[in-house]
This record gives sequence, structure tokens and C-alpha cells, in this order.
Amino acid sequence: MIFRHIAIGASALALAACGSSNPDLDQTGAQPDLPKQRQTLLPPMNIATPAGWNGEAPKAPAGFAVTAIATGLKVPRQILVLPNGDILVAEGMGGQDAPTVRPKDVIAGYIKSMGKTSVKGGNRVTLLRDTNGDGKPDLRTEFATGLNAPYGLAYADGNIYVADQDAVIRFPYRDGMTRAEGPGVELVKLPSRINHHWTKAMTASADGSKLYVGIGSNSNIGERGLDVEQDRAQIWEIDRQTGAHRTYASGVRNPTAMAINPANAQLWTVANERDELGPQLVPDYLTSVRDGGFYGWPYSYWGQNVDPRVHPQKPAMVRAAIRPDYALGSHVAALGLSFVTGTGLGGNFAQGAFVGEHGSWNRQDLSGYKVVWVPFANGRPSGKPQDFLTGFIKDGHARGRPVGVAYDPVGGALLVADDLSNTVWRVAPVRP
Amino acid sequence: MLSAQPAVRPIRPLRRSLHPLHALLMAFPVALFPSALLSDVTYVKTAQIQWTNFSAWLITGALLFGGFALLWSAIVTWAAREPMERRHNGVVTVLLALAWIAGLFNAFQHSHDGWASVGTMGVVLSVLSTILALAAGWVGHSQGRVLAVEAGR
Repeated sequence: MIFRHIAIGASALALAACGSSNPDLDQTGAQPDLPKQRQTLLPPMNIATPAGWNGEAPKAPAGFAVTAIATGLKVPRQILVLPNGDILVAEGMGGQDAPTVRPKDVIAGYIKSMGKTSVKGGNRVTLLRDTNGDGKPDLRTEFATGLNAPYGLAYADGNIYVADQDAVIRFPYRDGMTRAEGPGVELVKLPSRINHHWTKAMTASADGSKLYVGIGSNSNIGERGLDVEQDRAQIWEIDRQTGAHRTYASGVRNPTAMAINPANAQLWTVANERDELGPQLVPDYLTSVRDGGFYGWPYSYWGQNVDPRVHPQKPAMVRAAIRPDYALGSHVAALGLSFVTGTGLGGNFAQGAFVGEHGSWNRQDLSGYKVVWVPFANGRPSGKPQDFLTGFIKDGHARGRPVGVAYDPVGGALLVADDLSNTVWRVAPVRP
Repeated sequence: MLSAQPAVRPIRPLRRSLHPLHALLMAFPVALFPSALLSDVTYVKTAQIQWTNFSAWLITGALLFGGFALLWSAIVTWAAREPMERRHNGVVTVLLALAWIAGLFNAFQHSHDGWASVGTMGVVLSVLSTILALAAGWVGHSQGRVLAVEAGR
């Protein structure tokens, strides 16, 4: 009888844990609906387990064709299109040094691993070149190897910069190069102790004089202690010549991709917000980044919404917190950002940004797992996000998970890194 | 003949003392739940995150070994022939089961992040599981003493 009671108790717990979402809430755009905080006894976790593409491809809007231009990669993350149209892909998996400190880490780690590829990160940058202009690369080389979980990529003034999980490395580059000469030179070390959020997103300023690097927090919400959050949840501005750095913005929990808005040379980032306040808290966001701005983490979210899980509280910091510009939805895990330039992909896709959404793991109803288009006008978002590339989920299984996105102005296409099927997808208008 | 002297009770183990392994298993919740309570109180006082991490592991250890102790208790209750022995083991089983359930809820509570990992609910559950585990240990280990009294009569 006792055991039956335990069994009943356990199933009641499981039900209580399944915090269901309210589909009527609009969690995108400048004014997202924010429900009340809901800390369930068990944080809901549900990840889409992998399934193969079996010759199929993600789905793009009518008039676009989707092709796999590189397969068999080793965990592709971010993509950079060089001035000559060559494509660089950073491949790696970091964060292995984050210690298991609680029983929960063991369980959450296992659940997250179910949604990941079994391939080991390549710790390299691969170069893809389309020599005959048919949109299909016919040359593939290892541009740089022996890296340490490379993620962010930037090009500036004859140099390629790679953001490893612990440092920015510079590789001298000449037009047409397919392989870096030498191991590269370390420009600056990046905070890497624990590296709970290990990805170091990077972009170069419009004039090429500065690099911006995103350094994610060392925890969800301070559960590793606030001492280890020194220099975390920040965006650094790094002088490209000297390697000197300063904190450009702070309180950004996990800035996972950055890009310069071509309309006004402003720095924009996508950021992943905190977990375990409910399936519809807190929305991940896309925002312009203000010099010296504080965006709330860990004390508050979306402006002045206080997070009770931080102790001691800091009301002054809460008051100072900037509300982000544009919500993308809760737990979508935005990991890619790219503005189009010139006339973009034409039609509805002439002015705006693409955002890659890796997909949720801690809400019951899956969110993200797609690439969305955010239309811009006058340098600001001008409408709701629209699905651009979908079909990553089929029958509850993930066939792929989008990470970095890159607008290719040379080839007139969008490139999408997929770190589950280890593919780079190319989405281009069908030529009439 | 025994039947000729109804006032004298037979000297035989009406209630067995705990099997040594059962006693060792029961020692885990008895020691670890109170330890978790102490580290919870320390966390609430200091906000040093390591104390709530300690609590989470202590509770997990209490649940793991306490689960086996509970299973053992349930089996000896079910297998007991004497009503008194069954009742006695039943009390231990119920106390252990309640301690275990409180501990399970507390393990979930401690899986929350940061300051939310303990809170009033965490401390209350720690107090509950501590009292219940100590009570289970007390009653469980009383059985051997009862037997000694019976034997010495």
C-alpha cells in the first residue's frame, strides 16, 4: 500500500511538473506577454531526440530552394562569408570543464545530451569554395585546425579572427587562401573558467577597428555562486590592434550571436535568457546593444521584472536594467544572427535579419527549431518574426537544429549551420 | 510443560533486532537528513552556494540508501509471523516511507537554482524528513532492547 501511495505521489509530481503553455500569449516583438513566474517542483525538460533527414531538407518559403552544401561536418556552429565568397565554418563543442556540482547536473546533462549529435567537435574551421558559381561548393579544406571549441568568426582588414572558448586567435589572410599559414596568434584571452556558457560569439565593428565578443554567464541564474560571474554575461569590445578590451555591455545572460546593423553600423545581439521560471519565461531576445548598457542578468529580466532566485537582491541594478528591443519567444535558444545587406534576398526579405533558433529543451511544448526572419525598417524591427526555414522537427523528432546563420551577399543566399545533422544548408531564390 | 504455567511467557524472539545490513542502510537517512537540515540552515544564513549543493547530495544519499532500507523494512513487515513483530516493523516502514517522500520532494526543491533551492519549503521539508528518519531509527533500534527484556525475564 505504501508503494502504491509512492507511485501515486510520483505521478502527481510528474503532472505538476508538466507546466503547460498558454498558446494565446504573444511572446514576440517589442511588447511580449510575460506570464507570472511559475517555479514547478520539477523543472520541465523535453528535448526532441534526433532523426535523420533521409534525403529531405528543411522547408523554405515558395520561390526558394534549399540544398545541403556541406555534410559530415564536425558540429558546425557559426559561418562567415569572406569578401571573395569563400565560406568559413567553425566546428567545435566546448564547455567540458564545467564541473558537475549537483545531482541535477547529472540528470540535466543526460537529457541535453539526448538532443545532441554524437559526433565529436572538430576544433577546426572548414573553408568551402564554389569555383563555378553553381551554388554548390566544389572545394573543401581545413582552413585551421587544433583550435579549442571555435565559435565566433570575423574578418577585418586582411585578418581572420576566430573566437575559441578561451581566446581570440588571429590568422593573417590573403585573398584566395584555402589554408591558414601557421597556428595563428592569440590576440586576447577570454574568460573561460568553468565556461557553463562556453560559446564566444564575435563580430567586427563596421570600420573594422574593434571586435565585439559575447561572454555568456557561468550559470542559469547564479547557482554556481556569484563569485564565478566575474567578467561573465558581458559583451567585450576588443581593440583589434592591441588586444586591449573593455566591457561594452553587461547583464546579457548569454549573447550567442552578434552582428552589425548595416543601416546604422549599430551592434546587435541575440541573447538566451534564463530558465525555470515557467515554459513562457523568459523570452530570448534580439536587441541593439548600448555602450555601457546593463541588461538585467541576474537581478531582473525584460527590464524591471525581479528574479527572486538571486540573493542578495540589488534594487539599484534592477532599476538600471535596460529592456531589450525585441522578443523572440521563450526558450527558442537563438544562436544565429545575420542582417541582409543591399537588396537582401528580395521581396519580403530585402531589409532585416535572420535568426537561427536551436530549439528548446526545458519546456514541454517544443519551441524554436527554425530560422526566422525579422523585418527591419529605418534600422529597427518593423514587424513580427516570420518563419523562414522550418521542418527541423518531424513527428516529434529533430532532424536538425539550426545554429549560426549568414547572409551571403556574393552568392545571394542564406547559409545555415545545423549542428545536429552536421550540415550547412544554403537557401537561395530559385532562378527563373 | 509450558502450558502448565500460563503466566510465564515463552523465551523466544517476539521481535527480532534489525539485521546488521538493514541497520547500516537505515543509518544513511538517519545521519544524512539531519546533516542536510544543518547545511540548509547554514545556506539560508550565509547564502554561500556550496551549502545548498551539500544539501542536495546529502538528500540524494539519504534517498538512495534509505530507499533500500525502506524496501527491507517493507519486506520484513510483510514476512513477519507475529502480529506484534509485524506492527513494530510496520511502524518503522511507515516512518521511513514518510521520511523518504518528504526527502524526495526536498530533492526536487533543491534542484531549483540559486536562492530558490532552499527557502521556507526546503527547510520545512528538511525538518520533516529529519524528524521522521530519527523516529524510524529510534523505533527500529528499539526492537533489540525489547527482545533483551523478554529474554531476561
